[in-house]
Amino acid sequence: MLEDKDRIFRNLYGFQDWRLKGARVRGAWSDTKTLIEKGHDWIINEIKTSGLRGRGGAGFPTGLKWSFMPKNDPRPSYLAVNADESEPGSCKDREIMRHDPHLLIEGILLACFAMRAHTAFIYIRGEFMREREHLQTAVDEAYAAKLIGKNNVNSWDLDIIVHHGAGAYICGEETALLESIEGKKGMPRLKPPFPAACGIYGSPTTVNNVESIASVPDILRRGGDWFAALGVPNSAGTKLFQISGHVERPCVVEEEMGIPLRELLDKHAGGVRGGWDNLLAVIPGGSSMPLIRAEQCQDLTLDFDALTKLKSGLGTGCIIVMDKSTDPIKAITRIAYFYKHESCGQCTPCREGTGWMYRVLERMQRGEAEKREIDLLFDVTKQVESHTICALGDAAAWPVQGLIRNFRDVIEDRIEQYQAALKEAAE
Amino acid sequence: MCAAPNWTKPGGVSRGSVASDAKVSPCFKEVLALAVRRLYPEQPLRFEFTPENLAWAKQNIAKYPPGKQASAVIALLWRAQEQEGWCTEPAIRVVADTLGMAYIRVLEIATFYTMFQLQPVGSTAHVQVCGTTPCMLRGSEVLLEICKEQIAEKPHELSSDGRFSWEEVECLGCCANAPVVMIARDTYEDLDSELFEKLLYGFKTGKPPKPGSQIGRQASCPVGGPTTLKDMVKKNVAKV
Repeated sequence: MLEDKDRIFRNLYGFQDWRLKGARVRGAWSDTKTLIEKGHDWIINEIKTSGLRGRGGAGFPTGLKWSFMPKNDPRPSYLAVNADESEPGSCKDREIMRHDPHLLIEGILLACFAMRAHTAFIYIRGEFMREREHLQTAVDEAYAAKLIGKNNVNSWDLDIIVHHGAGAYICGEETALLESIEGKKGMPRLKPPFPAACGIYGSPTTVNNVESIASVPDILRRGGDWFAALGVPNSAGTKLFQISGHVERPCVVEEEMGIPLRELLDKHAGGVRGGWDNLLAVIPGGSSMPLIRAEQCQDLTLDFDALTKLKSGLGTGCIIVMDKSTDPIKAITRIAYFYKHESCGQCTPCREGTGWMYRVLERMQRGEAEKREIDLLFDVTKQVESHTICALGDAAAWPVQGLIRNFRDVIEDRIEQYQAALKEAAE
Repeated sequence: MCAAPNWTKPGGVSRGSVASDAKVSPCFKEVLALAVRRLYPEQPLRFEFTPENLAWAKQNIAKYPPGKQASAVIALLWRAQEQEGWCTEPAIRVVADTLGMAYIRVLEIATFYTMFQLQPVGSTAHVQVCGTTPCMLRGSEVLLEICKEQIAEKPHELSSDGRFSWEEVECLGCCANAPVVMIARDTYEDLDSELFEKLLYGFKTGKPPKPGSQIGRQASCPVGGPTTLKDMVKKNVAKV
């Protein structure tokens, strides 16, 4: 278990003051200028050494992403912080924004300095209204204390714009987020050009998750090696995990990467409702990740590689626990409905496919289907997957694939039951 | 194929006709007919930002680089919705004029982003129940049933006294505190049928409960106290 001294998010639950004064006591903004004086390349290298991988779901190495930004470009560079946390099961960034916003703001300054950007946008989802208020207050405090802004004490000019959305999950996709910041519908852009070449207003832009950026000040202060020493190879450091669903005490908690799932649930969430043996399945990384069955969870560790091996993924590190009272078909049907609702409608496979998958699942949930339709459904998910501009198509297909891979027996039983009932009624 | 939208005009407030407004392109009408989320048939005649909101809007526009004022569209439209209670067609036009955008671009925003309420909502509370899987696993379906019984049978329909309306929304981002509902700017978390009924009663009688967890737990801390950084409960621990 992660020791308290190695925790980055020390005010996760908001027991203490979230404002500048309280954050300073916890060490924020203490020697930011010293870090900046070490230079752009030092920061990028330190982040590369730390092995920090993006915390928004895809797990792309953060330091590497930063190094893609052009160095001598006449256009302004931008940082966009992705605070559009909308994936069912994910609620970790919310805790940072409402209880420790200065970690994020200091991280933004350091990241912007590393990428030679003077303007940062924080794109926060519209529903997070109180979180937005906290964030804006914290930004205003930082301006007033001359920590950011023009001619600030940290000698790197920086403007932070808190920008909000209005209820579109797709705006968490990095190019849709850029479109939304520009005042358009959140429809993802084709890549290339990648945001680092052509992002907000056609200028170089990097999009990073809140947790990634908020981890930066601590990593730089304690050194990349400190962070790299935590966790497991290829999944370094600490991570916020959220545990929702059928556990005794759902919560958000910071833990070391590679922690066994069972240990995480038992230590922090009071275990699975009705005991470990009552576990049916978990969705390990946000609703877009395929679910895995209890049998696969016995010795499962939570890191990028272990979950990829199970054809699932760590994603945002949010764990949705389902006990044996759950109807897995219904749970996935609801996720399929979510993706149907959130598809931006730009690409045909996703726009039509998400609705089609939902409608078929909706029947299967009642057993009102033919067994051959299971394979057909699987085939359709493959037609949607990677045939769209952005990853929403994949995100919609994976949970359905996970369901068919793991719970084919349940679907078949349901169909048999329905047909038996029909036969009985006819006789 | 500029099919006329199905405008019904069941008396009461009349709306500014789209066709008679010279400034609107004919395509406006077509998009209205095709969009899944349509504007409400009965619209107020005009919209105007209050002086405070107008000042706020100007300040907001100034945050963005010159010429990029369209970036403020969501913020302005949201402020307009907060002022009116819902997103009206005249408000869409005013926001477009303020930002120098074509009406269709702002209409697109209003129909694309689902937090914009395109029809009137309950005057006391519009209850948004999160129905996505994590909340569903912890009982959101019961909350939806209560909404149907106590508010209106269908989502977005006003209750008989016009004070309440409800809808099922997609993930409010409070999954560790499921099930959750959102009313105005606040979330009410860790609900069950009893607590939810109490919540609705509170709004009905003008005494809404304190937002946040309804079982009294601190944010997303495990019930019964934190499992980590226990010292933080009482004292702001300096950097370790």
